[in-house]
Order: sequence, then C-alpha cells, then structure tokens
Amino acid sequence: MRYMMIVKHAEKQELPPKALMDAIDKMGQDATKAGTMLGGGGLAPTALGARVRLSGGKVTATDGPFTEAKEVIGGYAQFEFKSKEDAVQSAVQFMELHKKHWPGWEGETEVRQMYGPGEFPPTA
Amino acid sequence: MTATDTHRSIDAVWRIESPRLIASLTRMVRDVGLAEDFAQDALVAALQQWPAAGIPDNPGAWLMATAKRRAIDHFRRNTVFDRKHEELGRELEKKERTVPDFAAALDDNFGDDLLRLVFISCHPVLTTEARVALTLRLIGGLTTEEIARAFLVPEATIAQRIVRSKRTLSGKRIPFEVPRGAELSVRLPSVLEVIYLIFNEGYSATTGDDWMRPALCEDALRLGRILAELAPQEPEVHGLVALMEIQASRAKARTGPSGEPILLFEQSRALWDQLLIRRGLAELARAENLGPAPGPYVLQAQIAACHARTRTPEETDWPRIVALYGQLAQITPSPIVELNRAVAISMASGPAAGLELVDALAAERSLENYHLLPSVRGDLLKKLSRFHEARAEFERAASLTRNARERHLLLARAQSCATASAPPHPR
Repeated sequence: MRYMMIVKHAEKQELPPKALMDAIDKMGQDATKAGTMLGGGGLAPTALGARVRLSGGKVTATDGPFTEAKEVIGGYAQFEFKSKEDAVQSAVQFMELHKKHWPGWEGETEVRQMYGPGEFPPTA
Repeated sequence: MTATDTHRSIDAVWRIESPRLIASLTRMVRDVGLAEDFAQDALVAALQQWPAAGIPDNPGAWLMATAKRRAIDHFRRNTVFDRKHEELGRELEKKERTVPDFAAALDDNFGDDLLRLVFISCHPVLTTEARVALTLRLIGGLTTEEIARAFLVPEATIAQRIVRSKRTLSGKRIPFEVPRGAELSVRLPSVLEVIYLIFNEGYSATTGDDWMRPALCEDALRLGRILAELAPQEPEVHGLVALMEIQASRAKARTGPSGEPILLFEQSRALWDQLLIRRGLAELARAENLGPAPGPYVLQAQIAACHARTRTPEETDWPRIVALYGQLAQITPSPIVELNRAVAISMASGPAAGLELVDALAAERSLENYHLLPSVRGDLLKKLSRFHEARAEFERAASLTRNARERHLLLARAQSCATASAPPHPR
C-alpha cells in the first residue's frame, strides 16, 4: 500500500543540525535500498512560496512568508508498505532521529494512505 | 498503546529489520539456518519484553545485540563437541567487545551481507520452489503462513521446503563469500529468475479465482529494488525492475468491475499508474546507459515501455516492438517469444502475416497445453472473418486455462464468433 508521510512543524529560521540532515539522508538511502521508499523531498521556506485560496467565491494568490501559520509542511515522502503499522513505525523512527539530533524540535509526521489510479473514498 | 497495538508494531519492526538482522548473522555464523534461529530468538525476546518496557529507540540495534548474545551462548555450549564452534564463539565475543556500537556494526557491512544472503537463498543447488520460499522468507520478511497463502499450498509444505533448503545449504557447504565481478554476473540469472517468478505468480495466477495477487507483485518489486541498489552496475537487474514497475503500473486497469480480465489494448490508460511508469522508464534508462547489448530483461522492459509511453493503443510503435521481439528471439529463442512476435507482426503487418507464424507454431510440443496459442490464433482468425474456425480455437483455449475468469472471457469471445457468423435474421 502506498503511503505519504507529511512532516509538519513550526517554521523555524535556523537550519537543522548537519547531524540530523545526515541521519535523514541515510534513512532515506536505507529505505531506497530496502525498496520501500518511492520518492520525496524537503520543502523550501514559505517565504519562497505562495498560497492560492478559493473562499467566498473568490480565488486569491498570496505570496509567502506565512508567519501567522502555526505549522508549515517541511517535507514529504512516498513509501510502499505492507500495512499502516509499518508506515507508522517508519515515521516513529524518523521522529526519533529528530529527538536525538535536534533537541527541543517539535513537530508531527502525518501518515496517510494514498489512493491508486481510479480509487475513491468509500461512500458512507 | 494496547498489547495488540504493540504486537502489531513489533510485527512491523520485524518486517523492516529482519532481513538486515539475518543477513548480518549469516555473515557471522556462516549458516543461514542458525542465523534465522538466532534472529527468531531475538524476536521472541522482543515479544516478551517490549510490551512492558516499550519499543526501544533503535529496535534494530536491540534485536541485533540480543541475537548476538544468543549466538555466543550457543557456541559456548557447543564447544565441547566442535572446535569450529569454539572458534566462532570466541570470534563473536571478540567482535562484541571491540564494537560496542551495534548500530554501527549493523550498518557497516549491510550491503554486502544482504547481497550475500540474496545469492545464498537463490543458490542454484536448491530447487526453484525452495529458492522462492527461502527468498520470500529471509529477504522478503514474509511468514511461512503468508508464503503458503500466496502460493496456494499448505503451510506445512512451505515450512518443509524451507527446512530442507537450509539443510541442503548446510550440507553442501555453500561458500559464504559475496560473489563479485564475473562470478556475480554468472550467478545473477538464478536470482533474477526467482524474483520474476514471484512477480508473475502475483501478476497472473494460474489457478484459483483471483486473477491477481497484488501483494506478491509488491514483494517482488521490493526485492528487485533492493537488488538494484546492491548491484547497480548490472543492467539486467535494472531491466527486470523496469519490467516489473511497468507491468505493475497496469494493475488497476487489468480487471473490470466484476473481476473480469481486460486485455492491454482495451484498458483505460487513465488507470495506468504514472508514478510506476516514470520509475520504470528511469530504471530502463539506467540499464541502457550501462551497456549497448541489451539482455533479455532489458529487451522485455523496452517492449513494455513501448506500450507504457503511448497515450492510446493506436499510437503504439508496432514495428519497433517487432524488432525488439526479433532481438529477444535471437538471445532467448522460445516458442513463447515466437508467439508474442507473431502478435506484434499481426499488429504491424496485418492478421494474415501473424497467422502464418502462429500456424508454424502449431506443431510445437511445448505449446500443446498453452491456452494463449489457440487464444491468439482465434483472435487472428476472427480478424480475418473466419468465425467458425475462430470459435473452435477460443473454445479450445477456454478448456486449457485453469483461471476461471480467463475461461469466462474466452468462452464469451467464442460466443461472439458464433453470433458474428450466424446468418442475418430475415427481415
């Protein structure tokens, strides 16, 4: 089953410690070697991005940064896992790396199953 | 976390960590059976301790440390009977003292260890079935029960197969060096064969009602991807992965709403998984960059890529496919390749041209019970409006296939021939 991991956190101004980046790189390489990781990447700061919102019948585009947002998406990855438990376990290990190499960092990795082509949410 | 939650998490950890664990242990104890036993001991310990103590921060390292302790104890107990065990025991202990960081020890030789394990579990001294079972077990991390279910055989059969293969490997004193260079290239086909066999079992079941067993395809893909990282200089490995990625991309399009099979040219291409196609084409590019003379898997991947690249069946580059099958027929000649080449020729040059080739295959003994021969012949005859003969071929094909849904499809095509050849109703 295909999963997307979405990492969210308060947007910090400082760069993550090199040890963390190295550890995340290695984890990604290992997952690629294990045939489970299909792709992914880190996202640049919101200052370089934009948001396009549809609300009240109007579409508006706003440039970053989005300083009022409590959390932004820092990165994502796609995996092929046998079960939700496998996906969660992988996310746990990812977060443990942050705990070890960037003390004080807080955030959340959302684990979501991806639909394949032609798949739709089950109707109620 | 409830007890069940922890157990499921432990299962997940096991699936992720067990291949590395067994691979490392195999290097240390030089016996696949023993390696698996020690790994299992570590799992049992985890099941006993983690529910109460919680899952450790580095579960792989915990399992490795536990397994190594068991190994050392085992060899200590056996020193009375075996000098070699005594040596091994001392070696392990020495390593234990000099490498306190187990995480580092795990990572050090991981690539080599896993490659070693792959080549052992696919050793030509074992039967193909044994290789498949052992590979799925040791590298795929599947349980005996899961393997049995996937191959529709009793669990005991698989268990026996695995036990016997480990005994064979011990008995024949298979060397534990990682094959390199020329030796690796020689041993590679037996590995690729196992992986593709697993994929095909999942892709087109020959018995039972389910046309696909997707889980096996994912396992084969994962094994292929692992191998592509371990042996990146081998074009045929990338060729096999490319072939599997592209074939798997059609998974959602291959069956209709009631589970009926849909042939490639009738599939909705919107349902083809573009992520897998992109990955497959990227793998194919890696293969092509490695050498000018494509091997059989690269050629098959190139053929699959011809279909994958086009938005509609009408745009298919049939002459190219004919040429590729021609190349394939040169390096791996077989009646099945000829049959596929005949289909391609019929698409490029018309059904009569294809029929000529198919008729030449009629005498092939190996295709006697192959349902696709009469199925293809029926298709070509139908296109030539020879409905009566076409119907007979479809009915023959239906009688030869063991897949219920495929049989249904073939009988439906026979029926459509009967309808087509029926005299028009009087006005």
